[in-house]
Amino acid sequence: MSFWRSAGFWINVLLVAIGGAVVLLIHQDTLRETVFTILMFVILASSLNIIMGLTGYVNFGHIVFFGLGGYFGFFLLSQLGWPLYLCMIAGGALSVVIALVVGAAVLRLRGAYFALATIGINEAARAFVANFAPFGGATGLYVNFSAYNAYGGSSKALWWIFTLLWIVTIITVVVCYLVKHSRFGLGLIAIREDEDAAMVMGVKTPWAKTAAFALSAFFPALVGTLYFFKNGNVEPEDAFRFQLSLEILVMVMLGGKGYVLGPIIGALAYERLRGVLLVSPLFKNLHLALSGAILLLIVLFMPGGLVGWVRDRLPRLRRWLE
Amino acid sequence: MILQVKNVSKQFGGLQALNDVSFELSEGRILGLIGPNGAGKTTLFNTINGVFAPTQGQIVFRGEDVTGQPAYNMARRGLARAHQVVRPLSDLTVHENVMVGACFGREGLGLRQAARRAEEALSRVGLIERAEQPAGSLNVAQKKRLEMARALAAQPYLILLDEVLAGLNPSEITAMMATIRAIREQGATIFMIEHVMQAIMSISDHIIVLDYGSLIASGPPQEVANNQKVIEAYLGDPRLTERLMAE
Ligand SMILES: Nc1ncnc2c1ncn2[C@@H]1O[C@H](COP(=O)(O)OP(=O)(O)OP(=O)(O)O)[C@@H](O)[C@H]1O
Ligand SMILES: [Mg+2]
Repeated sequence: MSFWRSAGFWINVLLVAIGGAVVLLIHQDTLRETVFTILMFVILASSLNIIMGLTGYVNFGHIVFFGLGGYFGFFLLSQLGWPLYLCMIAGGALSVVIALVVGAAVLRLRGAYFALATIGINEAARAFVANFAPFGGATGLYVNFSAYNAYGGSSKALWWIFTLLWIVTIITVVVCYLVKHSRFGLGLIAIREDEDAAMVMGVKTPWAKTAAFALSAFFPALVGTLYFFKNGNVEPEDAFRFQLSLEILVMVMLGGKGYVLGPIIGALAYERLRGVLLVSPLFKNLHLALSGAILLLIVLFMPGGLVGWVRDRLPRLRRWLE
Repeated sequence: MILQVKNVSKQFGGLQALNDVSFELSEGRILGLIGPNGAGKTTLFNTINGVFAPTQGQIVFRGEDVTGQPAYNMARRGLARAHQVVRPLSDLTVHENVMVGACFGREGLGLRQAARRAEEALSRVGLIERAEQPAGSLNVAQKKRLEMARALAAQPYLILLDEVLAGLNPSEITAMMATIRAIREQGATIFMIEHVMQAIMSISDHIIVLDYGSLIASGPPQEVANNQKVIEAYLGDPRLTERLMAE
């Protein structure tokens, strides 16, 4: 593997690495909050891209892994007092286990049936957590303020959380790049293009799909744990936002599914776009309608997203935009 | 024996697509499979390479019972296939398509070796100039060759070719026949379905004939061509009679 010699690799990594580093240098709270949201979107969209962009399975319920993994991580943190990084990893591990179990069942479905099932999974997870006493039921969980003291007070803790999120983003992007350019990734793309033909050529499709699903489930759990810790609480309505799940999907499509750069650009563009439109009184309440409309326009006129569009028009840029 | 098919039947609802089919194929040979449209030829391939399990009967590949094994296991055991209805991975380049065959076939090569193997396979089928083109942009004849290259890149023991000559012009047929012979020279066994009679008669060591799911004849090309049952089966199919007459 000679990924470090590839221009496409460095563009992806440096984009998120420099973006986060600048925020740490400037050290300003509002900027940090904005970039926190963008990086969170980048991780969620990039991980969704593994199952949706590479493998071709449209997942409307990706947020489930953010919700369940985050809930579990936050539970360990707030109720059992585990250190933050351990909570993140434990949340990620739970997410992976759930994806393995659910994936083995649901990934037998193809096309629209799989997509429909993923909507069901999100609703089922929300209903389960809302009735699960150890997770605080419908009211959720809170963290004691003293938890932030371990990080030198709540202000320092927020910077620390941001730094961790930044590192997770870089790791996510690197992993996505490596997966796409691996033998495993080639198998996933073969499944996306023609699952039956992939099988005949020897791709162990049930295993590969489940592995891709499990990998895509890991990163959202890390974000979830960090996000809930930042907020100081978690509740079912916040953890399993179907609307956010849909927006992540729009980001992947907007940036370009199947490209590592796609979800990064998509997350950035969508966050900016949403920011502009949310302050406009006309669009404020049409938020969901708007993401739906964007999705429709992309599917119809720009199926390769922004990255695909540029690659088609400027073939010379292809090796930079992977 | 590289392949033994024992009393294989396959039903689709009320349709008996294969009816108690048995035959054997020994290593290094070219076996031809002919029969009228809808006779069950492609279905036979599907049961052999695990696209679906036979309703009854047994498939033995290289001495092991592989009945009901999924297609990906068959590929890894050294069985490769070129489809009758081409199935390119359209968004991938021609080269990447063939790499999939090399990566997940018998040898399970790593990416770098697979890239080299794919180039070799593409040269052999005469598609190397198109390596970097998206597979979806090829024409039908080229896609047939792509199917062939993907199967070759897997370095299989046995290769199933489902009408790889269909839709090719005479000079393309000659080239493809030479490729098939070369593959055999390198030690692979070939089992091929073909409607181009002249071609299959000249290239096969042995021919079997399916009609309505049953094996009605088996023997050397000359013998099969003069078999009364075979002639009747084909006379029942006007399109094929025409083709036979034409040759
Ligand atoms: N998956 C399937 N489900 C239902 N019926 C099928 C299926 N596959 C094939 N058949 C039926 O089985 C019979 C044999 O089809 P098959 O494709 O094996 O014929 P063939 O000999 O390859 O014909 P051709 O020369 O036209 O390719 C046909 O009647 C076909 O309609
Ligand atoms: Mg057929």
